[in-house]
Amino acid sequence: MAGLLTIKDIEKCVGCGLCMYACARRKVRKPFIGHDHSGILAVSLSGFERGATIIVCKACPDPPCSQVCPTSALIPRKGGGVVYREKLCTGCDNCIEACTIGAIFKRRDGKVALCIHCGYCASYCPHGVIEYISTKQKVSEKQEVIK
Amino acid sequence: MNSGFADRKYILNIDLSSYSYSVEERDDLSEQIGGTGLAVELMKENLKPSADPLSEENVIVFAIGPFTPAYPLASKTVAMFKSPLTGNLGESHAGGRSATSIANAGYDAIVIRGRSEKPVYIVVDNERVHFRDARVLWGIEDSLITGRIIAEREKGRGIRSIMRIGGAGERLVRFAGVMTETYRHFGRLGLGAVFGSKKLKAIVIIGRGSREPLDAKKYREVYDEIFRIATTSDAMKKYHLIGTPVNVAPLNELRALPTRNLESGFFEMTEEISGEAFAENNLARRIACNHCPTACIHIAALKEVYEDEPYFFKTIMISYDYELIYSLGSMLGVGERDGILKLIHRVETYGLDAMSTGVVLSWATEALKKRVITEKDTIIPLDFGDYKGYLKAIDYIYLQPNEFYRNLALGVEKAAEIYGGEEYALSFGGNEMAGYHTGEAAYIGYLIGLRHSHLDNAGYSIDQKLRERLPPEELIDLLVKEEIWRQILSSLVVCFFARGVYTPEVVSKAFEPFGVEISEEELIKRGERIYREKLKLKTNLGYRADKLRIPEKIFNIESFRGKLNKNYISEALSYYRRKYLSI
Ligand code: SF4
Ligand code: SF4
Ligand code: SF4
Repeated sequence: MAGLLTIKDIEKCVGCGLCMYACARRKVRKPFIGHDHSGILAVSLSGFERGATIIVCKACPDPPCSQVCPTSALIPRKGGGVVYREKLCTGCDNCIEACTIGAIFKRRDGKVALCIHCGYCASYCPHGVIEYISTKQKVSEKQEVIK
Repeated sequence: MNSGFADRKYILNIDLSSYSYSVEERDDLSEQIGGTGLAVELMKENLKPSADPLSEENVIVFAIGPFTPAYPLASKTVAMFKSPLTGNLGESHAGGRSATSIANAGYDAIVIRGRSEKPVYIVVDNERVHFRDARVLWGIEDSLITGRIIAEREKGRGIRSIMRIGGAGERLVRFAGVMTETYRHFGRLGLGAVFGSKKLKAIVIIGRGSREPLDAKKYREVYDEIFRIATTSDAMKKYHLIGTPVNVAPLNELRALPTRNLESGFFEMTEEISGEAFAENNLARRIACNHCPTACIHIAALKEVYEDEPYFFKTIMISYDYELIYSLGSMLGVGERDGILKLIHRVETYGLDAMSTGVVLSWATEALKKRVITEKDTIIPLDFGDYKGYLKAIDYIYLQPNEFYRNLALGVEKAAEIYGGEEYALSFGGNEMAGYHTGEAAYIGYLIGLRHSHLDNAGYSIDQKLRERLPPEELIDLLVKEEIWRQILSSLVVCFFARGVYTPEVVSKAFEPFGVEISEEELIKRGERIYREKLKLKTNLGYRADKLRIPEKIFNIESFRGKLNKNYISEALSYYRRKYLSI
């Protein structure tokens, strides 16, 4: 079942970046220390006096990032967002330009990092800001709102 | 770069006199661990003991440890320099994003030397260093605005630290600090003035990076264990909820909350200014240092109506802590929360150290009462409780419009040397006191603590835990033992609030995924070595614990165990000298 990383209550974000470091650690065999491979970024809102937030892929159903990718390194993912086929990525940065919310990050090796909606980070947010849900759930909640 | 755990350390050397920099790779520094241990070593290598703290000869070291950013709560940066306040070693710790930015940029330490001809700020962008013109920024007295301007101009949102000074640092107030991420400070011992003397307005550190552990599986396991202890056990709870101000009421209860320049340890308006009262009425938000699950930074919203225009409001966000409520509250007799918040905000604006500012002003108030100084000196009347007067006085500490304020800006030790009133000038080793009149252990702790900080050895907590006075020798050994363990924590740059999480066992385990085997005993041994080396460095700079001035006033008022015993303190210090200073 494909899942989605979603925002539960962004106002509660304290900007600690635990999610960001978790994302870098997400691969069982190749966890990274640091944030260069992280698909999520914790920032202050122009200074911590105005609070904090995270920047992360919102799983577009019709993702512009994938449309501008010349090598099909980014292909639409069932349930929203994209699948990142790293090997194909030439580091052209087109996708970085295309993502309106700036949720694709440049890695130091030239490739990119972005959220693949694996859900690993969700259990490391100490403040209940993010949540991992099934794609179905997202659809049904939306419908309820519409009703 | 930044190998972190292996035997290699990367030191970024920046020379402000020649606007040049170089990176040094060292394989002989692993014994020092990082943070405090590493900074002591780099100070020894780079600082001439006779250096004038405000000359180009002074050196600033920023050092982080091997656990940053591998584990949560290893979030501090240790700054070391020669202190313009005490003339001895200056060491100050701050969190925010400072440590993780340095780590992700690939460095274990940054050493800054020399002095720029004109105002500059430095941008460290991973392997590159840029020297930027700061002539336009110079003179902007508000550290918050300086931070905002630089944030707009520079890249690296979310992965950078902006350490900057306000007007107090520019004007060389000896207890000016360096602010980072708005609410965190290298507050104590005058790093801000050292920045100012070097014409250094700010340092931006942009770090993007990652490294891999040797044992991937083990690393994720140990991480999860530390994360679990930090978030589910009681180890950090105290800091979670009400934050450090939770101590205001109980310390007052114990007659240990320094009030009106230590006229008493009891403040009758405590109910108004307790941690509970702030949380109930003012707390608006909490934020965290980078990679810390606790989010202990408590921020109050102060809503103020414009003086001359009704229905026009401004809302300022102000971070508060126990130490600030003590130094700008009870110590100045200010029992209004709004008043305290305004004072904190003013101090933050100019980039002053709050504790020193409070103690300097409480001394001035008593000195004025006792006619040691006059209103001609202070320009305005200073009265305990009158926060508006103190707001003005803080402006004057920054502006230094007359000789008196120029002297006050040197710190309370110097000011009292000049004017008198030394009996009630509440500094230890030249550093204005922290807010604990708990008993002898606290004061002995301020004297022998190598930063003269209550956090060096937690004497205040020993006072509260022990029913009976220990024999002085035992107390000294206990204080030193605690300080030795804390050398390890501050070399790993683990936040002291997380000391319940990072037990020797956990620390030793946390090294394993990086191929470093280090037993608990070996850890203590390294702590002892770092302690000894730091003491040696301090001694070379002229430190003599048993020669320090003890303000008579601390003996005049009751603590919860009655009056403090002078003989006990001098016996303890003479034992300290025999056992530790002669090595
Ligand atoms: S990376 Fe940006 S553009 Fe692509 S799916 Fe996510 S939010 Fe949409
Ligand atoms: S859901 Fe997975 S890929 Fe997305 S930010 Fe979290 S850990 Fe990273
Ligand atoms: S872990 Fe949670 S609180 Fe911390 S930055 Fe991420 S979303 Fe915000």
